[in-house]
Amino acid sequence: MRAGAPVIPAAQLPRPGEVVDGFLVGERIHSGGMGVLYRVTAPGAAFPAVMKVPRLGPGEPATSVISFEVEQTVLAALSGPHVPRFVASGELERRPYLVMEEIVGPSLKDWVPRAPLPPGEVARLGGAVATALHSLHRQDAIHLDLKPANVLFRDTGEAVLIDFGLAHHARYPDLLAEELRRPIGSAPYISPEQVVGERGDPRSDLFALGVILYQLATGRLPFGSPTSEAGLRRRLWRDPPPPRAVAPGVPEWLQEIVLRCLEPDAARRPATAAQVAFDLAHPDQVALGERARRTRTAGPLARLRRWILAAGYEPAPLPSPSTQVAAASIVLVAVATQHDDEAQLAALREAVRGVLERGGARRLACATVIRPISQLGGSRQDETAARQRLKHLAILRHWAEPLRLATGQVSFHVIESGDPAGALLEYARVNGVDHVVIGAPPPAVPLRGVLGTVSTKVALEAPCTVTLVRPPASRR
Amino acid sequence: MKLALLADVHANLEALTACLADAEEQGAEAYAFLGDLVGYGADPAAVLDVVREHAERGAIVVLGNHDAAVLDPAEAATMNAAAGEAIAWTRGRLSAEHRAFLASLPLVARRDDRFFVHATADAPSEWVYVTDPLHAGRSLAAAGARWVFSGHVHEPVLYYASTAERPLPFRPVPGVAIPVPARRRWLAIAGSCGQPRDGNTAACYAMMDDARQALTFHRVPYDWPAAAAKVRAAGLPPRLADRLAKGE
Repeated sequence: MRAGAPVIPAAQLPRPGEVVDGFLVGERIHSGGMGVLYRVTAPGAAFPAVMKVPRLGPGEPATSVISFEVEQTVLAALSGPHVPRFVASGELERRPYLVMEEIVGPSLKDWVPRAPLPPGEVARLGGAVATALHSLHRQDAIHLDLKPANVLFRDTGEAVLIDFGLAHHARYPDLLAEELRRPIGSAPYISPEQVVGERGDPRSDLFALGVILYQLATGRLPFGSPTSEAGLRRRLWRDPPPPRAVAPGVPEWLQEIVLRCLEPDAARRPATAAQVAFDLAHPDQVALGERARRTRTAGPLARLRRWILAAGYEPAPLPSPSTQVAAASIVLVAVATQHDDEAQLAALREAVRGVLERGGARRLACATVIRPISQLGGSRQDETAARQRLKHLAILRHWAEPLRLATGQVSFHVIESGDPAGALLEYARVNGVDHVVIGAPPPAVPLRGVLGTVSTKVALEAPCTVTLVRPPASRR
Repeated sequence: MKLALLADVHANLEALTACLADAEEQGAEAYAFLGDLVGYGADPAAVLDVVREHAERGAIVVLGNHDAAVLDPAEAATMNAAAGEAIAWTRGRLSAEHRAFLASLPLVARRDDRFFVHATADAPSEWVYVTDPLHAGRSLAAAGARWVFSGHVHEPVLYYASTAERPLPFRPVPGVAIPVPARRRWLAIAGSCGQPRDGNTAACYAMMDDARQALTFHRVPYDWPAAAAKVRAAGLPPRLADRLAKGE
């Protein structure tokens, strides 16, 4: 037998009105380089669906076959609101197609012509993309072709990632790794490590996110659109002009986030997409460093040093995306700043120390929920409110001091709400928190089960692991 | 049809029983034993009885180097001390029927586009370890088949190749059905049923689903303390019991 390239018949494009494996083919809605998209009616489907048919056969590049296989495998393995729901796929040799949920909302590329956008809008859009990326990485997949055209939005504002033709999924053999001797991806967005053939790092998607944030904030691309491999390699050692130098309206916190994502060395980028989403949602908590103040690109000496480093760049073997992401989880601790229970506060601190000592790049968010200030009354409300917030912030900081955490590893949040459990749950959900640490309900409260308490409600409804902490003195 | 692939059982009855029960639950309709039925473990006779029964019902069974060493002292002479000791011990536990069964085993088997061999297709009787893409490529080329199933290396791994000369290795995640379509060539090392060596004590086997053209690598936790206790009670080298406890 001859061992050679996969032999694929030229793909037949369906005609509107035709029924393919039970799917009634409707109008053609898109015709791109890699494939053609049709609206289809699926029997019994609860949502609108599209059929993607690849362009295959003579004259089409071999990678388009493999990309189609990759997308079939990866999309079928993914779930959740941040990817189109997979419906069915047809075998490559028989009738290649992919049927999936149709996402009707707008594409992120619709915002690009309007850039530079206000920082708040950049943060909102970027945060939605980061949250979607985190969901993907937690499922052991990496997109590797993130760009505005591959992001759609649901009516609810959630970002949906599409086009998984270049994706990597750690639970399946990487078919593209075998075929590609040249870097693949979209030139403006591809990460330096992808340029040299590394396909296993979820932080490659963070680099692409950094390019998108830069583009939305300044209206320009940080590295242009190089067409040669040498042009692509330049991003291994040349840094982009700082966003504030291009668009003075960009605030320091946004520049800090963007330049962190665009670090040529993946190890210097944020550890996870969730941490980027977190920073975009809490600009006041972003630790501003040298990057935030940078006004121009690095000088020739620094560039030379980076060029030498880049010339010897050798990607190291990496653990799976979900393992990498888990090591950099976000831990939320709920500190009851309005109650003065030293034993409980100390026990809580020890529990948090235990969680953080498991290593990795874990981050701690310290939160307290206080009653809405307006309900406190008082004639000079603004002043009272500010003083209240500062007081609780000070208690939070003081509580965390013995943990001796680095700036950037810890943040502090005073949340105002009449429903503490609801507020903490909402916070955990929105910020992609992986672990909540909270004081246990006291053992002796009568009617505890009937009335419920903050921590029991959090434990029951949290989207993640919850640790209930009980101080030694009250243990039975 | 679902085909269960078991390699390197090494006279571990507890591991074999656990894997066969799991495979049956998963709907296995056919079985292939990829060599090294005996050696190291304390239940060679019982394991051979189970495998022979399957062979009589059509299972594929190929010869491994430990199986060959039981029959051929020259083969045994090439082994390390503990393995050689276990082979000598094993000889005293086997009946004439067991020997005849081992002597009847082929080095390789072929079913359509599938090739079965203990070590490598390019030199089946030399027991070369397929531990890198170069050797995997040689085995695939010599087999001239779409799918090559083998053992000998005690860790599960899947090599895949299409146009590239050298296949790429992939470490499978247990329980994930990996598409292995015929348009590529695949070399699957099932991992060891009776003596896993990747730091995980659970027994390995793999399942090929013909209808879906998908391959799933499985890990089955089994009663290794019982198997290890039998090794010690039999007076076999204690290191062979320790290996089961550590999965190395």
